[in-house]
Amino acid sequence: MTEFLQQLINGLAFGSILALIALGYTMVYGILRFINFAHGDVFMLGAFAGFYLAPKIATVVPLPSIGGGLVVLVAAMAICAALGVLIERFAYRPLRSRPKLTVLITAIGVSLFLEYAGQFVFGAAPKKFPQILPVYPIAHLGGLSLNSNQVVVLGVTLLLLLGLRFIVLKTKMGTAMRAVSFNPEAAALMGVNTDVIISFTFALGSALAAAAGILWAVNYPAIDPLMGILPGLKAFVAAVLGGIGNLPGAALGGVIIGVTETLVSGYISSTYRDAIAFAVLILILLIKPSGLLGKKEAEKV
Amino acid sequence: MKIWHGQFLAAAAAALWLAGCKPSSTPGAGGGDTIKVGEFASLTGSEATFGQSSHRGTLLAIDELNAAGGVLGKKIQLLTEDNQSQAGQSATVVRKLISSDGVVAMLGEVASSRSLEAAPICQQNKIPMISPSSTNPKVTQVGDYIFRVCFLDSFQGGKVLANFARNTLKANSVTVLKDVKSDYSVGLAKFFMEGYTGQGGKIVTEQNYSGGDKDFSAQLTAIKADHPDAILVPGYYTEVGLIALQARQLGLTLPLFGGDGWESSVLVSIGGAALEGDYFSTHFSPDDSSPEAQQFVKHYQAKYGETPDSMAALGYDSALILVDAIKRAGVADSAKIRDAIAATKNFHGITGTITIDENRNASKPAVIVTIKNGQIKYVETIAP
Amino acid sequence: MNVRHAKTALLGALAVCLLASLFASRINGYWLNNFYDIGIGMVMAVSLNLINGYTGQFSLGHAGFMAVGAYTAAMITNQFGELNFLAANGVFALALAAGGLAAAGAGLLVGIPTLRLRGDYLAIVTLGFGEIIRVILQNMNAVGGARGLSVMHGWTNLFWTFGLAAVTVYVVASLVNSTYGRGFIAVHDDEVAAEAIGINTTKYKVTAFVVGAFFAGVAGGLYAHSKQFLAPGGFGFLQSITFVVMVILGGMGNTIGVLLAAVLLTLLPEGLRLLADIEHLPGIAADRPLGWIGGTRMIIYSLLLIVLMLTRPQGLFAKQFKIKN
Repeated sequence: MTEFLQQLINGLAFGSILALIALGYTMVYGILRFINFAHGDVFMLGAFAGFYLAPKIATVVPLPSIGGGLVVLVAAMAICAALGVLIERFAYRPLRSRPKLTVLITAIGVSLFLEYAGQFVFGAAPKKFPQILPVYPIAHLGGLSLNSNQVVVLGVTLLLLLGLRFIVLKTKMGTAMRAVSFNPEAAALMGVNTDVIISFTFALGSALAAAAGILWAVNYPAIDPLMGILPGLKAFVAAVLGGIGNLPGAALGGVIIGVTETLVSGYISSTYRDAIAFAVLILILLIKPSGLLGKKEAEKV
Repeated sequence: MKIWHGQFLAAAAAALWLAGCKPSSTPGAGGGDTIKVGEFASLTGSEATFGQSSHRGTLLAIDELNAAGGVLGKKIQLLTEDNQSQAGQSATVVRKLISSDGVVAMLGEVASSRSLEAAPICQQNKIPMISPSSTNPKVTQVGDYIFRVCFLDSFQGGKVLANFARNTLKANSVTVLKDVKSDYSVGLAKFFMEGYTGQGGKIVTEQNYSGGDKDFSAQLTAIKADHPDAILVPGYYTEVGLIALQARQLGLTLPLFGGDGWESSVLVSIGGAALEGDYFSTHFSPDDSSPEAQQFVKHYQAKYGETPDSMAALGYDSALILVDAIKRAGVADSAKIRDAIAATKNFHGITGTITIDENRNASKPAVIVTIKNGQIKYVETIAP
Repeated sequence: MNVRHAKTALLGALAVCLLASLFASRINGYWLNNFYDIGIGMVMAVSLNLINGYTGQFSLGHAGFMAVGAYTAAMITNQFGELNFLAANGVFALALAAGGLAAAGAGLLVGIPTLRLRGDYLAIVTLGFGEIIRVILQNMNAVGGARGLSVMHGWTNLFWTFGLAAVTVYVVASLVNSTYGRGFIAVHDDEVAAEAIGINTTKYKVTAFVVGAFFAGVAGGLYAHSKQFLAPGGFGFLQSITFVVMVILGGMGNTIGVLLAAVLLTLLPEGLRLLADIEHLPGIAADRPLGWIGGTRMIIYSLLLIVLMLTRPQGLFAKQFKIKN
């Protein structure tokens, strides 16, 4: 029983991070109907931003500490938000009227660029992410191990989710976002500046990816320029699983993928762990393509 | 549609003409005053960290040798090509180095699969190839022009680690956690299991991960429930540090042990205190090494700003042995160099005293080290 | 399109290739290898063009079909020792065909379930299938798993490579110019409308996948007997992307453009390599002044990709060689 609980906790922590990344995918898809392939690499850049900022921040706020960790988190989120806006402005916006394929290929190009430039600039070898948060063992009862890092992941994810929900449902920007995702032309006619909203969406999604990157690096303190590939892919599957374009769906999808992968890996076989996410993807697309929480969109002819 | 076949034939004809015009380069002495040596490595891509290490070690050796006057009165020109960690590219670049650049010998590669890709080409063209750290036995079986300066997985896994686990660790049961994406890891695990069970040990289970993974909690939790005496992690330092961290976080206090893939300063920086009391086999140990090895570490650090890992050390030794063989051959002729490499006896490399045996593998002792107080400490030597 | 012309052209091309392979020993080994890569790239690109370009189904897993063909062909030829000229070529032809059929089977497996999907979703599912194939091969000890598979016979030569490229072009072009072709294009232009007027889009989509996969499998067989070593990692997402870029560069649905794009993209990394190797440039004192290109090849490649999509997404050769009526 303890083994199962342990696996469950492991899966939840892992899945929460996937959820954060998945939110970015789903937001961009909801607005633009486009899969931002480079999203996983923004996640990686968030981790590296934290890596390079931490020593500078440590001169002002002592690390590891809760306050210091928070500063690093927010700083990384800000940097990646700006980066997301830049990428959208220069690589995706000029192609808005083009067929989906073109933008997809561009996104792949941006992704490859970030990965290889990362290897060139940061070096290919993994780096140790500095400790920015103090670690407290929380539970050690009867073989079950839980420490504060995992709790932090769950806590921060929850907070960010609630924050996102607030923005989307209760603010003007959020309403505008939802308008644009329903019908861009109508929204524009109602006076919504679609360009600004799209930039804002990218900024928000990238900030969440950065937060995911920092949380990931706190739990798995080895960062390298290619670290975003697999989590990015799995997070995308999570977004599709939950119903792409659907925010709570993305979060749910992330958790499901995380837990499933962990349980299958622990109980059945760890050999095919990578393939599990893809298998889930194919299954869901065959059975219920609109995802668990998605609505079936009638295709307009 | 009429134009398409015309264009196609025209293109084919143009290609033919181009082809006819490309002369084969004569291999050998090169521009008269340099000796050309080829190197292929994964300088970019998913395994860049290993290729870069190996290349740096090789480059350091060549630079030092050139500063000391080169060999046979000529400077050594190292022509390095990147295979981007991608299958298929090693064959291309090796062909280029041989046919277009005319190298007399080849250095490479770290990964057995990429060595296996290139070896038949070197063998066919009678260019001696020295692999710094490919451990799959099949590599040198390709032909008599293929050598390696590292020990084999059959030795490291089947003898060194199996004996260590049984006799020193006194482990009756071991769980194996291997990197299913890496042929090195799979091979080392296989030979260990054969040797270990041959000595009466029990393999509890085999767990897998993929190189690049960061989360091993699922596998470790399952291992914890099995209660083995020790865990073999025959993978690379890129994952081992995290594995150790997560194992300790989960409350696993068993010793972890592994092979020379652990060797790197990155290991201890990532794994930190979680690695205390773990062991691995490798080529040299900081406190038991020769003055040459100490010098190497110092120079490497001065040139690149970081401590070398085993890939760098082996890259260095492969270059040293090659140049020594060129010297002994007396002439920059591929066939004579091959013979000289085959005749290498008791060469004092920085990774140990190396003798090339009749199967063209390196016969050299392995060292078991442990991590104590954040430092790597010598435990024992195991001779071949 | 004149059928008689097409058949003559095919035979002519095959004759040229036969002649070419007789002179192969005069050619520098490195460049010979490059020519094989070009030919294999051509087969992959033209076969993918059928799926992506003509039928408009966005497939990102083409390298997976190549892998199936490569491993199948290799497993077959590895059963044989040294063979004389006739037997060798016979076995090779059989192995290539078998590889193609195995890949076609995989194409069927992928094509049928993905029928209902469009655009982005289809792309991701095909990507997923490609990755699943890779993971399966990695764990299949019978084919060497992660350690890879050595291929005993290096039977690929200019005749087989470019001959098969010519055959692929012929078959695809013939298909496109038949009623099947009308079906493909209808599916490409507007799937819903096509269904509405009674075209069995299922049949055409699956046909495109299966034929495309078949030739990818054949290309895989050629690849296996050229490199003589197979590793599962060599057939991943990056490889699939390369072929997709060839199709896009060439202008989707534009066979000549795609052929030229295959040549260009195969030679591009080698061209960059040659640039990096240049010992001296006039006016610059340093040795190997363009050496930095070596480490940045992939960065240049990805930037080129972005710039290409931003400036000429219809492909480089679209205007010159538009074949579509």
